[in-house]
Amino acid sequence: SLKSWKEIPIGGVIDKPGTAREYKTGAWRVMRPILHKEKCIDCMFCWLYCPDQAIIQEGGIMKGFNYDYCKGCGLCANVCPKQAIEMRPETEFLSEEG
Amino acid sequence: MERVVERVAVTGAEAVANAMRQIEPDVVAAYPITPQTPIVEYFARFVADGVVRTEMIPVESEHSAMSAVVGAAAAGARAMTATSANGLALMHEIVYIAASYRLPIVMPVVNRALSGPINIHCDHSDAMAERDSGWIQLFAETNQEAYDFTILAVRLAEHEDVRLPVMVNLDGFILSHGVEPVEFYPDELVKKFVGELKPMYPLLDTEHPVTWGPLDLYDYYFEHKRQQIEAMENVKKVFPEIAKEFEETFGRKYWFVEPYRMEDAEHVMVALGSTNSTIKYVVDELREEGYKVGSLKIWMFRPFPKEQLQELLNGRKSVVVLDRAVSFGAEAPLYEAVKSALYEVAARPMLGSYVYGLGGRDIKPEHIRKAFEDAINGNLIADEQRYLGLRE
Repeated sequence: SLKSWKEIPIGGVIDKPGTAREYKTGAWRVMRPILHKEKCIDCMFCWLYCPDQAIIQEGGIMKGFNYDYCKGCGLCANVCPKQAIEMRPETEFLSEEG
Repeated sequence: MERVVERVAVTGAEAVANAMRQIEPDVVAAYPITPQTPIVEYFARFVADGVVRTEMIPVESEHSAMSAVVGAAAAGARAMTATSANGLALMHEIVYIAASYRLPIVMPVVNRALSGPINIHCDHSDAMAERDSGWIQLFAETNQEAYDFTILAVRLAEHEDVRLPVMVNLDGFILSHGVEPVEFYPDELVKKFVGELKPMYPLLDTEHPVTWGPLDLYDYYFEHKRQQIEAMENVKKVFPEIAKEFEETFGRKYWFVEPYRMEDAEHVMVALGSTNSTIKYVVDELREEGYKVGSLKIWMFRPFPKEQLQELLNGRKSVVVLDRAVSFGAEAPLYEAVKSALYEVAARPMLGSYVYGLGGRDIKPEHIRKAFEDAINGNLIADEQRYLGLRE
């Protein structure tokens, strides 16, 4: 949770390294990629092109997306030769996430 | 330690440069600009002669000078620069950054009119353009004060409850190039007083890596501004402590303001900088003629000593404020601050605003007398800005 002005270092300094890991840039996303696995051929184009390394693969099998870091740019959907990735508005998922 | 002072006749620039020699900062980055140039000129000679071990960085502009001292201070160095007018304006962006990063940089500012039309002489438009930047602003009346404040500012800037940069303002040419007797303190005593910098999150401490200057959006920027507000508030507590130690060490007493013949004064003049010497001269003359007048010099303009002014000015018949700067379309900066401070006092004095000395226009005893006479005759209008020494 966000801290008060009395609890943070002065001067905007970040007083320890590696804190970018705690910053979930996926919160910026407006469009969410959805995988239709039945169309996917595991060509790994999406994995290759994703600028945020947000494609999850295991042993060359496409497993889905890391939504903590996926910013919804849609590159994966655009390069997919089988149209296996669909971009859907985040507003559709608001209710299920509270 | 025995206090043996050396009393010499020097310019304000030489006095400040000598304070810098005694402080011996780790880094000085500077760019020449009239009338500040002699400060860094004298200091560059100390560096060239091996008198100080300071790393001197001759940069390509004031924007770079302030950027270099910000980098040096973030690395954990004691860093200084000096400038004037358009140089300060060119630094503007980084001036705010130095304050918001809470870097204890000390910068003598030799006050000069901002262009345009271009002018090299004294007024306070350069300092006033930075009054909301988050720097502490001290104003010297004499070369002695410019020397003393440069030394004192190091302690104030570096205090753990403050950690803010300080501008030591001295009037261009009048002080910077004017010769006055100044008492220099022994080197060892000054070095002992300023002590060692205790850097905060120094970049050179590679055992504890930190990030300086990351993006700070709507989730934390506001909290960091609140911290700066608190640090300025803390100056009001810390400054008298450091001033007391300064007095015990060097024998000179400083405070937020200097009241002059104020005990029973009915009419008080408020001003910044060297003009206070002329005001005191006129106060003495008017006192001899039987008028109950006094003056109040503002040593510290930021943070503004509101409580001290309320205490000292409550119940006076009238207060006249002299400004060496204007705010186009609004009240002059010092007047605005004084007027605002007096809003809640029990017995509000009559108020008068007088702008003088823009672009180095002389301020003469007769001008100051005229403003005092307006006060004595009850001829003051709080919402009217008047001018001293202007051809109407």
